[in-house]
Parts: sequence; C-alpha cells; structure tokens
Amino acid sequence: MQVYLPIAEVSVNAFLLLGLGGLVGVLSGMFGVGGGFLMTPLLFFIGIPPAVAVATEANQIVASSFSGVLAHFRRKTVDLRMGTVLLVGGLFGAALGVVVFNYLKSVGQVDLLVKLCYVVFLGIIGGMMFFESLNAMRKSRAGVVPKRKKHNWIHGLPFKMRFRTSGLYISVIPPLIVGVAVGILAAIMGVGGGFIMVPAMIYLLGMPTKVVVGTSLFQIIFVTAFTTMLHATTNFTVDIVLAVLLLVGGVIGAQFGAVLGAKLKAEQLRILLALMVLGVCGKLAFDLLVMPSELFSLGTAGGH
Amino acid sequence: MRLLLALLMVLATPLMAEEVVLGLSKDEIAISADFDGSEILIYGAVKRETTIPDEPLQVIITVSGPSHQVTVRKKDRRFGIWINTESAEIDEAPSFYAVATSDEWSKVISETEDLRHQISVERAIRAVGINADDPQRFSKALIRILSSENKYQQRDFEVNLREQTLFDTSIAMPANLTEGSHKIRVFLTRNQEVVSIYATEIDVRKVGLERWLFTLSRQQPVIYGLMSLAIAIIAGWGASAAFQILRRG
Repeated sequence: MQVYLPIAEVSVNAFLLLGLGGLVGVLSGMFGVGGGFLMTPLLFFIGIPPAVAVATEANQIVASSFSGVLAHFRRKTVDLRMGTVLLVGGLFGAALGVVVFNYLKSVGQVDLLVKLCYVVFLGIIGGMMFFESLNAMRKSRAGVVPKRKKHNWIHGLPFKMRFRTSGLYISVIPPLIVGVAVGILAAIMGVGGGFIMVPAMIYLLGMPTKVVVGTSLFQIIFVTAFTTMLHATTNFTVDIVLAVLLLVGGVIGAQFGAVLGAKLKAEQLRILLALMVLGVCGKLAFDLLVMPSELFSLGTAGGH
Repeated sequence: MRLLLALLMVLATPLMAEEVVLGLSKDEIAISADFDGSEILIYGAVKRETTIPDEPLQVIITVSGPSHQVTVRKKDRRFGIWINTESAEIDEAPSFYAVATSDEWSKVISETEDLRHQISVERAIRAVGINADDPQRFSKALIRILSSENKYQQRDFEVNLREQTLFDTSIAMPANLTEGSHKIRVFLTRNQEVVSIYATEIDVRKVGLERWLFTLSRQQPVIYGLMSLAIAIIAGWGASAAFQILRRG
C-alpha cells in the first residue's frame, strides 16, 4: 500500500515503513537505545530527503522515549535532578545544533555533515563498545570482577551539587557539557543521543548503571521535543504521516525486543549492538569514500 | 492597440488553418494519501476548413509542471571523501516535463522552431545566467537526474496519429509530483515548421488530509509541531499502558 507523505512529498510503501519501525523497535527494546541512529540512515536509504528524515525522527524518538521512561518512573530509576541539569545543557545544545544545521543547509553541506557525524560517532561508540565487551567477556571467563574507578579529575571541578538518586556529589559542569554535546548531535543527526549519553554517564560521570537509562530517556524526551518544534517552525520538515507510521511499528517492535533482550547475556547483547553500529557506520563510510555513480545532485534554491 | 490585435489576427489566421480540439481524461490530478503516480490521456482532433496539405502532419505534445530555480551541485574528492564543491543555479527548471511526438524528433521539428517555442527538454530549461566554467555540464546533469526519476521524459513515436486528424497519447506522471498548474501544449507541424499551437492547463494539487496537513505545517507551524508531539506522547503512553496490561494479564 503506497502512502504519499505530505511534507516529504514522496510516495512510499506503508508496510515498508511499519516494518522498518518495527525492526528498529525490536532493536531498541533489546538494547535500550532510542534507535534513531539506525532509523535515520535507513530513511536516507529508502529515499526520504535527509532534512525530513532528521526532523521526523526526532519526533518519533519523543514517542519511544516517553514509552520507555514511564517504565523507569515506576521502578524509580530516574534521577530527576541530574536529568534537569543535563536537560538545561541539552536545550542549549539543540538550539545551537539547529542553527548549525540551517547554515549548512544553505551552503549545501548538510548531507555531508550529517553523514560525517554518523560515521565518526558510530565508529567511535561501536568500536569502544565492541572492545569493551570483548574484554568483559574475557574477564568474566577468567573470573576477574571489574572495578569501578571512584575518583578522577572530574571531582576537582567547582559548583558541586548532590545527586541523591545517583549517589553522587560532583560539579555541575561535566553534566552540562555532556548535555550540550548531546543536544547538538540530536539536532544535527536526528537522534536522541542515548547511544552517546549512556556511555558518557557511566564512564565520565560515574553514575550507577541502573539509573542511567531512565535518566537519559527523561532528558531525551525534552531535547527531542524541543528539536521537533525547532525543525517544525524553522524548516517545516516534520512529516507527521511518516512519524505516525514509524512510531506505530516502533512501539510494537519494542515490546518484542524487550522479551528477546531478556534472553541474552549483557556482554553478548553489547557485542551484537556494537557490530550493528559498526555495520551502519561502515556502509555510510563506504558511500563517502567510493566514487558515487552520480556526481551531481539537485537542491532547491532559497528553501523549498 | 486594437488595430494591432486585428492585424495580428489577420496574419495569424492563415497560419492557424488547422486547429486543435483537445480532450483530457481528467480535469485535475488530486494528490490524496494513496497517490501513486497518475496517467493522463490526452486526445484530440485537427479541425480544418481546407483540404489536407501534401506534407504529412506531425504532432508534439508537452506537459510541463511549475518552474523553479534549482541548485545543481557537483561532488569532488576532497581529503579522500566525496563532498559537494561546485554548484550552479539553473534559473528556471520545470518540476515535471514530458514531450511526446508522432515521429522521430529530427523529422518533426527544426532546431530554430524548437528554439522559438522551447519544446525539447533541453530548451524547456532556462539556464541563462549560469556562473560556472562549463554551464552545459550542470544543465545536462539536471536533465539526467530528473530523467532517471521519470520527471523528464522525451518520447518519440508516442503520439498516435490517424488520418492526419485524430491523435492521442498518454503521459505517465510520477508519484513525487509537485503541486501547481501543469501546462499542456500541442504543436502541429508540417515540414518541421509549427503550423498550429494549442495550450491548456491541468491542475495538480494535494487534497483532503494531505492538503490539510501541508497547509497547517506552513501556516501554523507551532500548532503543527505541538500536534506532532501530542501524537508522539499519546502513542508512547499508549504503548506503555498496553504493555502493562499485557504483562499483568
């Protein structure tokens, strides 16, 4: 069944979109990530204009994060205070990101920037995760218990604040910076940034793993909602029909993913996620490095 | 002014000794939610008061969408990766353009007549003030890309012509059409010269939900954005609630 998307102005198969949403939903349910980093490149591949893909994906992440955070509120694994600090940085970063996005759109480099961001971040995160989980698997076989570092340079910074739920007493500067960085990425890449936020919270801020996902989801809702509004009012690129098709598939897929994820070991899960991230990264990098079959591309002058 | 017009009429009459009577299979193309391209059937007859001249009649039919300024960008290898470097503005390029003829292009019309009436795909694009060292490359690229998307079509022998009087053709329009009025022109030629022109229009527009959403997103972007968010929140909450019920049940 073909559906004409009013904003993207292309006709696509509705079942393809439901399927894509479902597939990414399964993965996001399994691994606890928003799935935007997979969905946005997939949307590029099926021919949705990048600007529409990025803006619409932000809207879809609002839905999946909201669904996820409710579960975490029930389990009381959301650090509201930390979430708010990250959010302040995130909103600032998102505004900055949309400005950068619009500027690059006007000079015709937005596709390049989005793709480069993907290659760089997916490469780094995927590689780190892959080696870290390989090490963890080797250590767990050898019977060594991993030790968490308690003190580093982050504890020497001023403006300290107590985060009760996380059991932390640290400066507000690192969370603010993490928030800004993730906000910029959310706006440019059309992702919630969970796949960057989660490692940053664990390794940089030293938060306990059980509150990380909930807190990350909490602030992602607001950042992506803000990004959606900015894209909707400045670029008119949020396609509501596309978003609905994706999120219907996504929320259903996520339920199956959660069941599947519970059957796998944490290290195996992370290695699979790492391989997937590296796969998407490889495909995008390949496209940038290999001479394209069509060297020319079209763009509308002075907006749509 | 009126005198000039009368003079023109007198001059034009012998030229228009043959006139086109045209029919379309539909008055407008409606882009609805299930729109998946459309085909229009263009048919007509040649009305004439005199006997049929010896030179064989040929028919050219064009359909052109609204024109826009288009930026064509070219990729080059920089630092090992392919990025957009050069670009050129094409002043006016129709969003859709189809030409169908009753015979081989070179037999139907001459270069000069094509130039005067801007019939072929190459002529339909206006790239006068192009500021690149090789402007041809960019307009050619534009035609190549849009032809591959079926947005530009040059099709010889596609007009059926019977007894030099009745003609018909069908034009397939792709799913990613642009809104606006599409101009249809019919040229009758003899000996590669245009002997008669007929022009009409067909409207392409979004209807129903598509129309409403598109208008809302442009005119009330804040409300549109909030509506998108509300749908997202409700769907997220709904999925979470449904999952709760399933787990308890």
